[in-house]
Amino acid sequence: MSLTTESSTNFWLTRPFSERSTQIFLGVLIAALALVTLLHVAVPADNPLHIGAYTVNLFGKYLSYALLAVAVDLVWGYLGILSLGHGAFFAIGGYAMGMYLMRQIGDRGTYGNPVLPDFMVFLNWDSLPWFWHGFDMAWFAFAMVLLAPGLLALVFGFLAFRSRVTGVYLSIITQALTFALMLAFFRNEMGFGGNNGLTDFREIVGFDLRSDATRLGLFLATGVALALGFILCRAIVTSKLGRVSVATRDAEARTRFLGYRVERFQLFVFVVSAMLAGLAGALYVPQVGIINPSEFSPIFSIEIVLWVALGGRATLYGAVIGAILVNYAKTIFTGVMPDAWLFALGAMFVLVTVFLPKGVAGLFRYFKRRKRDDTATSDPNADPNSTPKEASA
Amino acid sequence: MSLLHSLTQRDRVFDFMAPQASPVDVRHGPILYMEDVTVSFDGFKAINNLNLTINDGELRCIIGPNGAGKTTMMDIITGKTRPNSGSVWFGSRHNLLHMNEPDIASLGIGRKFQKPTVFEALSVFENLELAMAADKRIFPTLTARMTGEIKDRIDEVLETIGLTALRHQPAGILSHGQKQWLEIGMLLMQRPRLLLVDEPVAGMTEQEMERTAELLTGLAGKQSVVVVEHDMGFVRSIARQVTVLHQGSVLAEGTMDQVSNDPKVIEVYLGADDEEAA
Ligand SMILES: Nc1ncnc2c1ncn2[C@@H]1O[C@H](COP(=O)(O)OP(=O)(O)OP(=O)(O)O)[C@@H](O)[C@H]1O
Ligand SMILES: [Mg+2]
Repeated sequence: MSLTTESSTNFWLTRPFSERSTQIFLGVLIAALALVTLLHVAVPADNPLHIGAYTVNLFGKYLSYALLAVAVDLVWGYLGILSLGHGAFFAIGGYAMGMYLMRQIGDRGTYGNPVLPDFMVFLNWDSLPWFWHGFDMAWFAFAMVLLAPGLLALVFGFLAFRSRVTGVYLSIITQALTFALMLAFFRNEMGFGGNNGLTDFREIVGFDLRSDATRLGLFLATGVALALGFILCRAIVTSKLGRVSVATRDAEARTRFLGYRVERFQLFVFVVSAMLAGLAGALYVPQVGIINPSEFSPIFSIEIVLWVALGGRATLYGAVIGAILVNYAKTIFTGVMPDAWLFALGAMFVLVTVFLPKGVAGLFRYFKRRKRDDTATSDPNADPNSTPKEASA
Repeated sequence: MSLLHSLTQRDRVFDFMAPQASPVDVRHGPILYMEDVTVSFDGFKAINNLNLTINDGELRCIIGPNGAGKTTMMDIITGKTRPNSGSVWFGSRHNLLHMNEPDIASLGIGRKFQKPTVFEALSVFENLELAMAADKRIFPTLTARMTGEIKDRIDEVLETIGLTALRHQPAGILSHGQKQWLEIGMLLMQRPRLLLVDEPVAGMTEQEMERTAELLTGLAGKQSVVVVEHDMGFVRSIARQVTVLHQGSVLAEGTMDQVSNDPKVIEVYLGADDEEAA
């Protein structure tokens, strides 16, 4: 970490590119995107190597979860804020996208109303609620994907951090936040489609959502969003602000004494994280074809934290690995024994905390350190959380 | 004429404009002035009508039995604890009771805690980097660049505290004494006008203590230093002016010889100490 600190690459946004771990991550991600595209497009459908549209879609969903996990790792791993409510930001980003997709349906809905989505006609509403205006325009809706979760995080974080709510209490109120929103969104009068949510989408910026090409496009777009989100988060954590975050995580009062307004740093990182979660939700919704209040469920937010814990906290790439592994396992498991999934997740979590306390990423770093110790060269990305046994005093 | 010349020189950096110079005004007297300060915790007066004056550039030792209120006094100066009554001034311009912790820190009051707290996951170098006097708002911090000048400053402090060889190690692996020095180094990075040092040698070896004494006496003059310490040998080795605190107020003040011969002091503090030793 220190060599990065002292490195000559100095523009904060490009700093991640000089990191070995980011280079590897981006290399693997780009290769994976290219491979999936190739196997989907160029390999004939009867070939066993062919990847079908359904699978591409599934991978796209995993990638949006991966972006969500990166957002959670940013606040949990580097700032020490265990948010158990990030599902709320994800869902709000998803709803913003869903509202855009609803308005794109136009008069092709069951009731053929050119302006009102079906559920509003069904509820006998005669005009669009004020907060639905503007969502027929892509630029406005896409801006809301970032701004709506960002604003919620800003208000919530402002109140929480100003009153210095941290630790378990903060985790509890983030759970309360997402639970309250779930209850609110279940109500038909809220104007978000009640428990059915928003669905029956047809097209996105003119592309048919049911076509294979659009699905591939969404998959690739999610991959690009993940790459950009990852780079942004790396840029933040390798900046001096990132070190202030780690300092806050480990010794908040001390950081305050150094003259940093800790609550503002917490707020900044929290809002950035919420916006990334919103973006992840917005990419998720067109790929699964529905957004409903279940995304607000407290369990979902806890699951996200488990992905990060399993992958390895405070590495960012660990969050990506965790999100993909757990959700892959979930896909398989729910296919075989749907009722046992939560037990399996719990068991997985227990096993990992016992045998791999630093998650899957911890394994990588363990091997890396072994290799380094063998070659006895210093490593620029040395594990910031490890406590080497030998003090070279 | 030469004054006019120097004033019109474009490249001249005026002392009062230099970023590290804190705006404290000490022309009319002491750098720290506490008058009739009282703090009570649930009715218990931890600080009781305390009066204390620290002069610019002074090295002052504060001694006193456990629970005398030494740490609480530092809490008040740094804005962590608000007194029930009294006034606390930094120079003649800044009323510290009207300021919050970060403002007081950036004004030039640095504090070393009783228990060393360094950022264990960050390297020694990074600990110093964070402590440096700089624009500590969000965006300047996000876009901050590591310049040669900053590196030189950190290297200089690393040299002073003797941790140059450990610069890339996580602070978590440092020994207790090394952590204390790193903390002092972090204070120095802020270029404070006033350093508050709480029990710097607790748990140190003889050798480490000697180094610490050198370090602190070397700092006085450039900065004002207030040291709270229990170790009498250490206090004797660095002290010029000693204040004895007892039950939240000043019991005696003077040179080490004066206070150690003061019968009141012998009774409440040194006497007890001797008994323990005996
Ligand atoms: N936040 C608090 N609430 C209640 N009582 C407190 C609080 N802080 C300090 N005290 C009490 O105030 C008294 C003074 O404490 P302080 O820590 O200032 O003593 P000290 O001189 O630093 O002692 P030591 O030499 O043990 O460090 C003690 O009796 C302590 O119990
Ligand atoms: Mg104390």
